[in-house]
Amino acid sequence: MGAGHAHPLYVHGHSPIHHLAPEVKIAAAVAYIAAAAVTPRQAIWAFGVQAAGVAAAIAVARLGPRFVLRRLTVVVPFVAFALCIPFIASGERIDVVGLSLSREGLWGAWNVVSKATIGASVSILLAGTTEVPRLLTGLSRLRVPGTLTAIAAFMVRYLEVIAGELGRMRTAMAARGYAPRWLWQARPVATSAGALFVRSYERGERVHAAMLSRGYTGTMPDLGGRRATAREWILAAAASGVAWLVALAAITGTGA
Amino acid sequence: MSAAVEIRGVHFTYPDGRTALSGLDLRVDVGERVALLGPNGAGKTTLALHLNGINLADAGSVHIGDLPVTEAVLADIRRRVGLVFQDADDQLFMPTVAEDVAFGPANLGLRGSELAARVTEALRAVGAADLGDRAPHHLSGGERRRVALATVLAMRPDVLVLDEPTSGLDPAGHRELVEVLRSLPITQLIITHDLPFALELCARSVIVDGGRVVADAPTSDILSDEELLGRHRLALPFGFDPRMARPSR
Amino acid sequence: MHAPDGFLNVGTAVTTGAISAGAVGASLRQMRTTLRDRQVPLAGLAAAFIFAAQMVNFPVAAGTTGHLLGGALAAILLGPAAGAVVVTVVVVVQALAFADGGLTALGYNVLNMAIVTAFGGYGVFALARRLLPGTASGVVAATAVAAGLSVPLSAMAFAIEWLFGATVPVPFDTVFGAMVGVHLLIGVGEGAISAMAVGAILAARPDLVHGARDLTPGQTADRARIGLRGVTIGAVLAATVLATVVSQFTASAPDGLERVGLDQGLMAEARDHPLASGPFAEYATDGVRNEQVSLAVAGGAGVAVTLLIGLGVGAAVRDRRTHGAAGDRRPTGV
Repeated sequence: MGAGHAHPLYVHGHSPIHHLAPEVKIAAAVAYIAAAAVTPRQAIWAFGVQAAGVAAAIAVARLGPRFVLRRLTVVVPFVAFALCIPFIASGERIDVVGLSLSREGLWGAWNVVSKATIGASVSILLAGTTEVPRLLTGLSRLRVPGTLTAIAAFMVRYLEVIAGELGRMRTAMAARGYAPRWLWQARPVATSAGALFVRSYERGERVHAAMLSRGYTGTMPDLGGRRATAREWILAAAASGVAWLVALAAITGTGA
Repeated sequence: MSAAVEIRGVHFTYPDGRTALSGLDLRVDVGERVALLGPNGAGKTTLALHLNGINLADAGSVHIGDLPVTEAVLADIRRRVGLVFQDADDQLFMPTVAEDVAFGPANLGLRGSELAARVTEALRAVGAADLGDRAPHHLSGGERRRVALATVLAMRPDVLVLDEPTSGLDPAGHRELVEVLRSLPITQLIITHDLPFALELCARSVIVDGGRVVADAPTSDILSDEELLGRHRLALPFGFDPRMARPSR
Repeated sequence: MHAPDGFLNVGTAVTTGAISAGAVGASLRQMRTTLRDRQVPLAGLAAAFIFAAQMVNFPVAAGTTGHLLGGALAAILLGPAAGAVVVTVVVVVQALAFADGGLTALGYNVLNMAIVTAFGGYGVFALARRLLPGTASGVVAATAVAAGLSVPLSAMAFAIEWLFGATVPVPFDTVFGAMVGVHLLIGVGEGAISAMAVGAILAARPDLVHGARDLTPGQTADRARIGLRGVTIGAVLAATVLATVVSQFTASAPDGLERVGLDQGLMAEARDHPLASGPFAEYATDGVRNEQVSLAVAGGAGVAVTLLIGLGVGAAVRDRRTHGAAGDRRPTGV
């Protein structure tokens, strides 16, 4: 799960992809990933083309292959699962270097690994080139309820503050020699989590007071900002359109 | 002179039964800068929350100028009274400094170039004109405090209420804050434990304890009365002599 | 638990997306009536707390560590509707800003990690509260059970989605047995940490625990201190036995549910999808050996998850009524 990182993936930069309007980027990313998701697994060439497309965009964004590869490790647990599939899946079996594997399972593993990798790469590209507040602006322009994006904005704003408090609590416990090994020694950890909730909630109350004192009445003001141009939408449609053309070609090709 | 703030016999008890204010009286004139001193739990922050109607008095009255603080006029009161909270992280909740400064005036209905002008004006007033695009958590303590002040100044308040503005500031941040506050021609009520800071900025000080005003005099007199300070858990820093310090302007 | 893109088929992604969107929309409306104009700062800070809580590593055994998921905990602290919204925000931001979990997998990730844990977990909590004494200890014990079971509940939901949307011919029974078995054990940690956290909050600010609002101050003060070691070992034993039973039971039915699903038209929607026909047609290859058992497992799991979610929703709706009448009694200030 999201353990261990309080810092979003954003990498500061000035590439054309960094400057695209966020709603365009989100829509294009979802459309691109959806195209990969419907591509039939036998169409290995199609995944190749789609992966090349993402790689090209990552190069344009100058995110750096090492950054992307390191972040791609989030899919590792599922790849590990995928590697088990050929052993446990049912159906016709084939011999691969002395192991009896399920043919269906091998295809299934390939399917999971290829789609997850393309999806995660696109997500890394999106997160790497768009600051979180901009992502949330993009979401609300895509008609996600404003309350939800406002809550998300507050969460992101206070994540480091809360994580910092958590870090100091942990340090304080470690400084007094707390090094638990078993679940029944976890009471201090749980108690500090409880204290963290109380602190977070009370901060929420104070933030609410600060908002009220500046005239807040229950709805966040719309502070505007630049909206996507038609040119940006066309560019995004073209990018994800390529992935869809490939997917459709693969479907009609293998379906025949 | 006309009163900027007039508080008469205010009582307030929190829903959990804790009494915070018990018959507090205070008058602050227009353009005055007053320090609000007192021990922890004396009711200073609760009082601040009464000034712009976050808390409403159980008994007694609070007037801002000629306007009584009531539910019906909250929007106007909150424009007139700017509250700067103790923890700047509570005050700066928007993704960027500029958006945060815009939050108040946007709630007043300002938009577009008018709103942008307000933001620039407020940031300039606190010497933070170049910080607009920064994220609040990337600011230093001193910058954070000044920006928090700007979020309130953007509403062009008549009265400024600051809760512990110097806590956690390094000496340079402290100095910059003093200069900014001195440059603002607005009525100011400053809650603080920092007695030299009070002496530096405020000609008049008020001690609040047990939910009421227990002393109200020129700051230099209050700071010279060690017995009075001690009774209310206040103390001068070691080696500080108020008679040697340059009086405030 | 953050499934990547393409893990389940497109039909399932779209269907779960619609269910999640509906549930989150309803929860947002519900939350507006309970938190009012405080909803943005309070839910925002609570979401930051849940996000941070997922970074809290707690010891499991011999120095290995686990971490909280927080869905049931959020529901017990904030109520099921606000809890579901808060965890949804966490899951969505993890996908968008941290590339953790697929963007097109958000439908099932939100459903399993936010909706099922919050409403299902709160359902278990409401049931357990009814059986346990009305004291702080009762609330803590109910939290342990609810948070503990919310994890295998979430796994059950995933297994049921697998039944409709598998992209690989791994039988439902295997997935169900493995997922639920493993998650029963993970649930022990989740239950223990959540319960102790709620205990600590009850001691400091009992008014912040939504699931304990009915307690009087006297009842809140009534806290029994429990021997943690014995309880944990007992819970681990119970979970192990349950997990073994679940795995044994499903191991006897090694495959076949996709086939049953296809034959019965359960996957009709997915199959009818013009783009999905290619990849799906190939699943109808295996024989059905023990379809009654599989169907019973799937049916039972489905009924259990649905019932518990229903209970959670019921609790949320009751809330709305009492809140609508009593209004917001808490002060706005600090």
